[in-house]
Amino acid sequence: MSTTNRVITYRQALNETLRAELERDENVFLIGEEIGVFDGSYKITAGLLADFGPKRVVDTPIAEEGFVGTAIGAAMLGLRPVVEIMTLNFSLVAIDQIVNHAAKMHAMFGQQVKVPLVIRFPGGGGQQLAATHSQNLEVWYAHIPGLKVLAPSTPAEAKAMLTAAIRDDDPVIFLENLALYNIKGEVPDGEQIAEIGKAAVVKPGSDLTIVSYSRGMVTALHVAEEFEERGVSIEVVDLRSLRPLDRETICASVRKTSRAVIFEDDMLSYGIGAEISATIGEGAFDYLDAPVRRVAASEVPLPYAKPLELAAMPSAADLVRVVEETLDSTRFMK
Amino acid sequence: MAEVTMPRLSDTMEEGELTQWLKQVGDPVGKGDVLALIETDKATMDLESFESGVLEKQLVAEGTVVPIGQAVAIIGDGSSIGTEPEPVVESESIAEDAPDAPESPPGEKLDSAEGEKTESKLEPAAPESTTVETSSGADKLRMSPLARKLARDNNIDVSAVKGTGPQGRIIRADIDAAVEAKGPARNTTATVTAPGAEPESDSGKGIDPGADSTSGSETVPLNRIRKVTARRLSESQAVPHFFLTNVVDVERLLALRAEVNRGLAGRGMKVSLNDFIIKAIATALRQHPDVNVSWNDDSILRHRRINVGVAVATDAGLLVPVVADADSKTLSEIGAQVVELAGKARDGTLSLDQMSGGTFSVSNLGMFGIDEFTAMINPPEAGILAVGAASPMLMLREGKPVEVSQMKITMTVDHRALDGATAAAFLRDVKGILEEPLQILV
Amino acid sequence: MLRRYYKRMSLVRAFELRANEMYARAKIGGYCHLNLGEEATVVGLTAALEDRDYLYTTYRDHGYAIMRGMDPSAVMAELFGKATGVVGGWGGSMHMFDMEKRMLGGYGIVGGQIPPATGAAFAVKYRSDAGPKSEAVMCLLGDGTTNIGAFHESLNLAGLWDLPIVYVIINNGLGMATTVERASAEPDLYKRGCAYRIEGVRVDGDDPVVVRDAARVALRAAREERRPSILELMSYRLKGHSVVDPGRYRSQEDTAEARANDPVPAFRDKLITKGILTEADADDIDAQAEIRVTEAVTFADESPDPGIDTLFNGVYASPVANLPWQLPGQPVVAS
Repeated sequence: MSTTNRVITYRQALNETLRAELERDENVFLIGEEIGVFDGSYKITAGLLADFGPKRVVDTPIAEEGFVGTAIGAAMLGLRPVVEIMTLNFSLVAIDQIVNHAAKMHAMFGQQVKVPLVIRFPGGGGQQLAATHSQNLEVWYAHIPGLKVLAPSTPAEAKAMLTAAIRDDDPVIFLENLALYNIKGEVPDGEQIAEIGKAAVVKPGSDLTIVSYSRGMVTALHVAEEFEERGVSIEVVDLRSLRPLDRETICASVRKTSRAVIFEDDMLSYGIGAEISATIGEGAFDYLDAPVRRVAASEVPLPYAKPLELAAMPSAADLVRVVEETLDSTRFMK
Repeated sequence: MAEVTMPRLSDTMEEGELTQWLKQVGDPVGKGDVLALIETDKATMDLESFESGVLEKQLVAEGTVVPIGQAVAIIGDGSSIGTEPEPVVESESIAEDAPDAPESPPGEKLDSAEGEKTESKLEPAAPESTTVETSSGADKLRMSPLARKLARDNNIDVSAVKGTGPQGRIIRADIDAAVEAKGPARNTTATVTAPGAEPESDSGKGIDPGADSTSGSETVPLNRIRKVTARRLSESQAVPHFFLTNVVDVERLLALRAEVNRGLAGRGMKVSLNDFIIKAIATALRQHPDVNVSWNDDSILRHRRINVGVAVATDAGLLVPVVADADSKTLSEIGAQVVELAGKARDGTLSLDQMSGGTFSVSNLGMFGIDEFTAMINPPEAGILAVGAASPMLMLREGKPVEVSQMKITMTVDHRALDGATAAAFLRDVKGILEEPLQILV
Repeated sequence: MLRRYYKRMSLVRAFELRANEMYARAKIGGYCHLNLGEEATVVGLTAALEDRDYLYTTYRDHGYAIMRGMDPSAVMAELFGKATGVVGGWGGSMHMFDMEKRMLGGYGIVGGQIPPATGAAFAVKYRSDAGPKSEAVMCLLGDGTTNIGAFHESLNLAGLWDLPIVYVIINNGLGMATTVERASAEPDLYKRGCAYRIEGVRVDGDDPVVVRDAARVALRAAREERRPSILELMSYRLKGHSVVDPGRYRSQEDTAEARANDPVPAFRDKLITKGILTEADADDIDAQAEIRVTEAVTFADESPDPGIDTLFNGVYASPVANLPWQLPGQPVVAS
């Protein structure tokens, strides 16, 4: 089947996918704060209220626990809600419904009920929004059995993954990022359904593996290009799915390259990288020529002042430096 | 007849103490009546009867601690009152004042329990076993897992390998070197991976070095350096070049060098001719910022810093470490740094940082007696200076023949980034600085 | 019909007493909250519900499960953690569930059921019209639950969006050991919906007929007018909060009052007085209940445990790649 590609933004890809799914299945509806009349606080749902009406695009009061739980109940009866929470930070208000209810109902009630729910929100900091508005806590959700957690890094992935999430019968946490909404990329036309639970080698290489996800992928690929100029061939793995985690793809890459650096936006201790590192340590032990390194955020409530914020957040320069350190520790240039 | 057992009264309870009998032997009991009080880990609970009838036997004394499920009483129709008590299951018991109820024999039990305790003393700790049974001193060896695996696969004795990784860690490169030193033909079964060879989908099958021995030539696998050099030089071929040559009168330069070295001798340092050349290039680049550039496909990048690459020949191949900010370093600093970089280049311990960021390079084959040559550009730099040997030449000065030391310098230029006039002006100034070398000091 | 109600109350009473005993015999683990003293409410509410309605309860759910039509043997098996339990041994006492009978749980988190119940009402409204044939949702909660955020957020949504739901507050005076007066600034709990323009009524929870009639009124409003409401049922908790709570915080008078108002003997006496039942009839009903419950225990005893090889079966409804499969200590990647 030949597909044409268009270059659109991540935001457009999400908007188009929501539209397509609303059209395809009348059980699909959107629910969240300011998604209708306001067209969405980040304009992801722009135009949808006008075209589909208030029954399919539901504006809610400020009540995350209430409307997330409502979406769960609706899903129990067979509807397919797509919940928008304004940012990851506010999902904490609803965490009991997400973790204790959505994630557990299918198992706890003897597989008699499904919860075909999508909860989407952007994580990330860097816009001087200060500590409570800048968090990357996706690892909390990645830790919970019964949830699926997806993190698309390009517009094409956003489209394919959101489609897959909506059609999946389990509760899916869909992690977006404020810094990704405006990025552009080629998106194939027609139905695209991603495979959940698989990572991808986005740039093949032979000398070192960088593992990243979501916004971090932009930096990782950029840095890999720089190193290409310097004669270093870096393989970049996009996790794509935080739960389930594709351990085999990660380990296969490191078995090939013998060096690994993880680039993550979340904080260092107990973060996503900790899991990747442990996985590599066990699954690719005999192939490591240097310890696995992580480049992650400093463990502080993120400050407002720009220089402090920049210092705390992991940057391309940090990644470059750690890659160099890893290469040097194996005397790569000899 | 029904047994009343110690009930499980909380999710954490494992045993309970029957603190007080509320019904005595012979009392009628209705379903739901409280027979006794039970002290658990959390609270004092009621022991309810699930049967009705008559309490025929109390099987434990007040104050007895009883595990869950053990019988504590018998409820029946009343006919079995006064018969022998059922034997009590082993338990720790504390004897208090016994009421009418038959007493379990706590005294004996306690003794035997104690006796058991004294008998089952811990064995003296076994002598500590050696933890790691590797070759002698191996627990002090630091090795990357990959190095360990390759050593195993290639039968390398790691105690003989010197680790060149951080803190003396043995890394893959060290094993690769040991394997190469052993000689390629001996390993038939193990997979030999030459250092730096591109690994394929499984972990690195290298080229089998013994393959061509029948034809009389030996295939030498490429190390990383040669591979990269080869690739870059091929790229360099694609660059449109032109060349400019100049002859430099180095009399004053040689004299100045001698004088400078006399001064530095006290500090145990010296500078070479090449150090002067590096400095001269840096100085000239400061005066010609449009030569300190790189071609960037659709634009020209003008570099703020002046980083001069210095070609160093090593056994492994050609390396070009970089003297950063050469324009602001003194001659002696440049000299010291070049010595250090060359040493590291030969040892193979150059860091990636030391190899990158160059904006112009210099290659000197004078020590090999080469008069002149053209060097290949080191992309993405825009120029490279090839320096030949200083030789005595016969010149005419004011009509009289004199011996003058001269040196040929040839500049290769990327025509996309620089045109002839710009390059020529630069080269003229380099010559000028070398011929009036005191300028270097200002 | 009243006879039938007594029969039901007797069955619930017998079942819950036996559950108490089974817990003491360590056949039931974890937590076990009993409907003792609540039987009239259980029978009355479930009598009002249509088959097509959805019921969400608290963790005090055994009686409701059985009265909603779930097999007492399967409920007991679930309490015993057996594979034949209503949710295959995966939920236990607090998580009784049956999709077909529209008993949608059984929830351990206090108030956790309220938003999903509200969501079920949302779905009913989304896909069907109001009218006497419409489905409705009934959400049970305890007196203590009226103070948790989820209660307030949900009631606001129900009031705002006109959802077909009845919130039934079972007020037995105690949230564990905390009385209503010590927990709620507004102890007249039926009034707590006024902030959301949701009307409430307070009703005696000890007569199943009274409960049924009040519930029918509320359900009709939900069904036909899409008008949410609160029904506060005044009830008693005969014993502790759960089987491990001896209830020592209650005064003698309080406990005595509860016993005196025990709805099961009260209803029995009332029916005998009215000549609907004789003593012998009542005894017979009680004996039948005991037999039924004994059957349930036998069934549960003889049922198998769920197999360990099924441990990962229930995690996801849709199959997915790379499902984590490790038992503790198993390797991270298959070699």
